Amino acid sequence: MLDVKERDKFADHLLASGHTACPGCGQSLAARLVVRAAGRNVIIVNSTGCLEIFTSKYLESAWEVPWIHSLFENTAAVASGVEAALKAIGRLDKVRVIAQGGDGSTFDIGFGAISGMFERGHDILYVCYDNEAYMNTGIQRSGSTPHYARTTTSPPGRVSLGNPLPKKDMPQIALAHGIPYVATASVGYPMDLDRKIRKALSIRGPKYVQIHVPCPLGWGTEPSRTLDYARLAVNTGLYPLYEVENGVTKVLRIPRRAPVEEYLKGQIRFAHLFGKEDRTKQIAQIQKVADDNIQKYGLLGK
Amino acid sequence: MKITLGTVTPPGGSRVNKTGAWRTSVKPRFLQQKCVACNLCALCCPEGCVFGTGQRTYYANEDFCKGCGICASVCPMHDIEMIPEATEDA
Amino acid sequence: MLKGKMVQGCRAIAETVSLCRPKVISAYPITPQTLIVEELASIVADGGLETEFINVEGEHSAASLVLGASATGVRVFTATSSQGLLLMGEVVFNISGMRLPVVMVNANRSISAPLNIWTDQQDSMIMRDSGWLQMYAENNQEACDLILQAYRIAEDHRIMLPVMVCVDGFVLPHAFEVVDVPSQQEVDAFLPPYKPLYRLDPDKPYTMGAFTEPDKYMETRYMMQRTMEAAIPIVEEVAREFQRAFGRASGGLFEKYRVDDASTVVIALGSMGGTLKDVVDELRGKGQKVGVLRLITYRPFPQEALYEALKGAQNVVVMEKAISVGSSSPVASELRSVFHGRPSSPKISAFVIGLGGRDVTVDDLKVAVAKGQQGLTDLDFVGLRTDLELEGVNA
Repeated sequence: MLDVKERDKFADHLLASGHTACPGCGQSLAARLVVRAAGRNVIIVNSTGCLEIFTSKYLESAWEVPWIHSLFENTAAVASGVEAALKAIGRLDKVRVIAQGGDGSTFDIGFGAISGMFERGHDILYVCYDNEAYMNTGIQRSGSTPHYARTTTSPPGRVSLGNPLPKKDMPQIALAHGIPYVATASVGYPMDLDRKIRKALSIRGPKYVQIHVPCPLGWGTEPSRTLDYARLAVNTGLYPLYEVENGVTKVLRIPRRAPVEEYLKGQIRFAHLFGKEDRTKQIAQIQKVADDNIQKYGLLGK
Repeated sequence: MKITLGTVTPPGGSRVNKTGAWRTSVKPRFLQQKCVACNLCALCCPEGCVFGTGQRTYYANEDFCKGCGICASVCPMHDIEMIPEATEDA
Repeated sequence: MLKGKMVQGCRAIAETVSLCRPKVISAYPITPQTLIVEELASIVADGGLETEFINVEGEHSAASLVLGASATGVRVFTATSSQGLLLMGEVVFNISGMRLPVVMVNANRSISAPLNIWTDQQDSMIMRDSGWLQMYAENNQEACDLILQAYRIAEDHRIMLPVMVCVDGFVLPHAFEVVDVPSQQEVDAFLPPYKPLYRLDPDKPYTMGAFTEPDKYMETRYMMQRTMEAAIPIVEEVAREFQRAFGRASGGLFEKYRVDDASTVVIALGSMGGTLKDVVDELRGKGQKVGVLRLITYRPFPQEALYEALKGAQNVVVMEKAISVGSSSPVASELRSVFHGRPSSPKISAFVIGLGGRDVTVDDLKVAVAKGQQGLTDLDFVGLRTDLELEGVNA
């Protein structure tokens, strides 16, 4: 049992210790940073997934703020209801609403509800923790899974090279709804992430922030290198960090450019591209995705 | 123990779960020599179990530390090492 | 306020909902629920109700939205039918499991495939396992009365379970009837403001929707089951209070019409009960001792009260607008289990009638009642057409 002094130190951790995320989980760190930036005057709506499971066992909740989990695909709709209720009782100016979930919930099964929430203009920040697969159920392919990644439902084999499909561009889809703020972030750049969350919460209307979070288990990376891999994704150009506020785009210039191999080769989910067979063609295709991003978003500056 | 209507749960109950018991190989040793109190270790700990109040005061609460090693990897002064779990505390 | 005015059912229902002061309303259009929500929209647009009225992109989201609002501590309302009720099915179970006192009007409609927009009761029957209370209205007056009672029942701290008020689609919402809708004052006196037990509030944070492991889940269902049992006298209590407040008998567990000395009792839910009262009068005129017991509260299933009401009968004829394909019909099956293990049981016959909105006529009902009186029948489709070839069955 913690003594009073220790407990007081923990008091401002709005996502408490004792949660059961894997060691080195990128999503657990990102979630801590998000709720830290949001503060106590927030209601969080969370979809089913890793974050929900490792923080909300009955009587062992890690959340120090009001928090609700309903189902997998209705997070944006439940959040719309929370926001509507707050509006009806005149508390929406003081209490902020965050809807959050993983890429599976956001890109796939919850897509319709998110579109509806954006279109109706609710004052809600939607946060997507993007680890690029359905991790909680055992690493299955989602609409966010990058090309050639190994997942259990897109495994490489004698006639397969892993996921045959490109990653869905969810931030651009969010932008197409004309919402006031859309941003991508990375747990590898925590201060940038913090700034974007605070920025988003200062804006009224629907907001979308998508955070790239490595999953040591699903990606096959060292837990201690979670932030390294997150940064590499940014530095290759594979995960462009940008924000669009009322149509104006600002971009985080790549701090230290890296070729995609440097990012891919330490991850077991891409190990089949570095085996005995020559996969330079496939790696070149991934490099092209990175190059296209760099050009499209001006990630190396003018 | 009570089962509430709708399994409504009070906040912060996860702290009964001492995840420090998960460590099998390594734990962090905060050398407290070159630390400049940048606070990155505390900020980047997914467990929120790293604390410090100034230069060379940072430490990890071993009740919760899972030994992931992110603090050591993120420290710009390389002032944190991951040492074998069985090492006696200084 | 409407006193003795000829009004379309949807309008009366919408006005009654409005009087209950829900703070958040969300629904998605589906025939034959649409008119109810449209009337509510126009009431809101004219400033007749201060509420957040939200058009969503689907029923799953409509139910989810009212779930979120209810969890934030406000009174809510939604309505749907058929496919919409099925689509929101996951959320329906979520709402009851989270013990949120949502009130929904379901305009009973048939289930696809094949697509059919007309009335039967298959849709709400599918949700009988969900942990929602279910009450069925015979006419629009009762529909309005049940909505008022539903909020009282749902929000009672001894219950805290959601309530589904079922109205036969088209037959009720689209029909014109003379209805008394009370004044705001009268409703406020009967229905106090909603006081949640738990809500999402930064001043008192809770985690809602926590998961349970096998060592705790079963207890949550036990709690709901016990609450449903405890709800039976509360439903009766609220009906009595309603009568005191508004001066008419409405709601409760069931309505008995000429049952007490009947040797044959017909069981039905909803508007069909009204037609059956005419059948009963006609048969009584011919000297038959027939009665109709119109079940109003289907969930919780009032086993003891039904036993007491029916134990003296020789024949019970259950007319249902629903079927559990591969088994019998829902109410008949449950009624039979009421008599299981008792000293004696009437013969309980099961008839399926009016599926897909097929007209339920006095003649059809008389034929069915006669069949049920002759001998045990299970499962008879009343009025099945004999002029059609049915591939795989008789062709």
